Amino acid sequence: MRLFNIILGVAVTGILGFFGIKEVLADPAYFFALLLGGLTRGSIYALIALGYTMVYGIIELINFAHGEIYMIGAMTALIVSTVLGLWGWNSAVIVILAFVFAIFYSCAYGFTVEKIAYKPLRTAPRLSALISAIGMSLFLQNYVMLAQTPGFLPFESLIPDFEFWEPFADIITSVEMTIIATTVIVMILLGILIKFTRIGKAMRATAQDQIMASLVGINVNRVISTTFVVGSATAAIGGVLIACHVGQINFYIGFLAGLKAFIAAVLGGIGSIPGAVLGSLVLGISESLFTGYFWSEYEDVFAFVILVIILIFRPSGILGRNETSKV
Amino acid sequence: MKSFFKTLALALLILIGFTAPSFAGDTIKIGVAGVISGDLAPYGISSVRGVEIAVDDLNAKGGILGKKVELLIGDDVCKPEVAVNVATKLVSDGAQMIVGHVCSGCTIAANKIYKDAGLLVISPASTNNDLTLKGEQPNFFRTISYDGAQADLMTSFVKNNLHAKKVALIHDKGDYGKGQMELARKYFGKLGGVEIVLFEGITTGAVDFSAIVQKIKRSKADVTMWGGYHSDASKIVALLKKKRVKTTFFGGDGIYGSEFVALAGKYGDGVYATGPNETSSNPLHIALTKKHQKKYNEDPGTFFFNAYACVQALANAAEKAGSLDYTKMRAALFANKIDSPIGRIGFDKNGDVVGAGFSVYQVQNGKYVQVN
Repeated sequence: MRLFNIILGVAVTGILGFFGIKEVLADPAYFFALLLGGLTRGSIYALIALGYTMVYGIIELINFAHGEIYMIGAMTALIVSTVLGLWGWNSAVIVILAFVFAIFYSCAYGFTVEKIAYKPLRTAPRLSALISAIGMSLFLQNYVMLAQTPGFLPFESLIPDFEFWEPFADIITSVEMTIIATTVIVMILLGILIKFTRIGKAMRATAQDQIMASLVGINVNRVISTTFVVGSATAAIGGVLIACHVGQINFYIGFLAGLKAFIAAVLGGIGSIPGAVLGSLVLGISESLFTGYFWSEYEDVFAFVILVIILIFRPSGILGRNETSKV
Repeated sequence: MKSFFKTLALALLILIGFTAPSFAGDTIKIGVAGVISGDLAPYGISSVRGVEIAVDDLNAKGGILGKKVELLIGDDVCKPEVAVNVATKLVSDGAQMIVGHVCSGCTIAANKIYKDAGLLVISPASTNNDLTLKGEQPNFFRTISYDGAQADLMTSFVKNNLHAKKVALIHDKGDYGKGQMELARKYFGKLGGVEIVLFEGITTGAVDFSAIVQKIKRSKADVTMWGGYHSDASKIVALLKKKRVKTTFFGGDGIYGSEFVALAGKYGDGVYATGPNETSSNPLHIALTKKHQKKYNEDPGTFFFNAYACVQALANAAEKAGSLDYTKMRAALFANKIDSPIGRIGFDKNGDVVGAGFSVYQVQNGKYVQVN
């Protein structure tokens, strides 16, 4: 069986590789444009996937409301930037304040959602918390729809088109560059937070065993709250940047983006920070190449096919730990 | 020989029998048929009301050819088999011209009866392509655009006005968007001379469309046609501009409106779209809306204005022809234009309305401006 898998894998890779190289050599510029597009798309997924994977890593909960936190971040930035723009403030100040407010509001929502919807269910079966998460997601969507508008709102990009970059803007725009750079920075900062700080150590301890962690004096509730706040902050940054890239938002943007980011997190190995980024990039780039060389109609189908294939060979994702069940 | 005369006499008798009603009586009878009960009733009712108000106006001015107009109303419940019965009844009751039906299936079924009886039919609502384009219904006219009218207009504009050699057709995989692009593909096939270099569907609401934009760039399409709504369209338009793809963006009525312009912002300028003709500033349109509100206490329904125009067209043709003769009236319908609440309309050689329906617009300085 194992041999069969290997032979199948080699054969498929060989065939794809042969046609792939032929296509790439025929038009290398096109290939790199698709690759860069995929990189941007992957970075977009990654900014959202990081929050998913952090929360899952600590309390093994799929926080379905995460996409909505991302949407709230974008909405807050839109409101702040519109109001400040009307007051005629300096655009650099607007950008900073829009980010600050977006992060603040998203964190507040993330913190509150955890306290209301997940904390009371911490000892309940996992399914209850999952349903609670879906309920929270629907609630937030409808709340924003009623409080704001069901229609699309134009989102004027907060990131200017850098002049020095103009000659290359047809290859990759300033916003796309900012997104890729931010993803890398956020990933590194999160890595440092988890590896080298006191709270990071507490997070890792909580992830391993909540009861044991509390026995050695870690305030588990505080650690979990912090995780939600940090995750929400990354979602808010993602929300603002992606809205700048897309140019419009509505109450529903969190759903599709959240779904794709979730797939990416599972693909990379849910619970792993580098895994979320790697999974997002694999998903983004393969979607982009598939659209470019095959049919965009089946882009989503292809995303799920990749997910299924990778989970068959590596059930815990690309960088996921192979956990043996503890007795 | 004797039997030949017998047959001839019989035939003549039958002929007289058929044509007798049109000479008899001192009123002119217009048959109105459509769906007036059931789920789709609002459509038929709006059309009946249009005819009623038009006939009131007509009678107030002295009717057609000096005779008052009388209405015969039939309900086909949007079922072709019922429509045939309704048609037979209208003909035997002496209807001299028909406004109807509403559902295309009913119109197709019923028109066999009307055609044999030599009656002119004019529909305010049936949009099926085959009714006029097949050329099998010479007695049939309509005051509404046919299903393919928009695709037809788009494709001929792309070929003749934008002089495109290569087009990319992109849609959102939905019934409306994909259907529109499939029609466009069909019409390009008929037109010839334009190569379709790309036919693709995209995922609506996706965070990033750069792959499809690169694909459009690689295809070197002169014009990118879009079947879908304004939200996805504005994302693609913005990205096309940012990536400096030299292609003209052209959408259907799904992107016609201020919502698209607001979303696309500075990237929207230069985009083409087809949209329904502007009629709300038409004085007759305003007057009729008020009349309808006064009589029925609500705003006019979907086909109200089209139905009003049907009666206007028939009355005008009869006056111009000077009689109710089929051939003369038919010629008069083709030859004359009328000022109706849906614009100044006439009919093309197929019996399709000209002057109402769709126009091409372009975004110029943040506003849609009519260009054709």
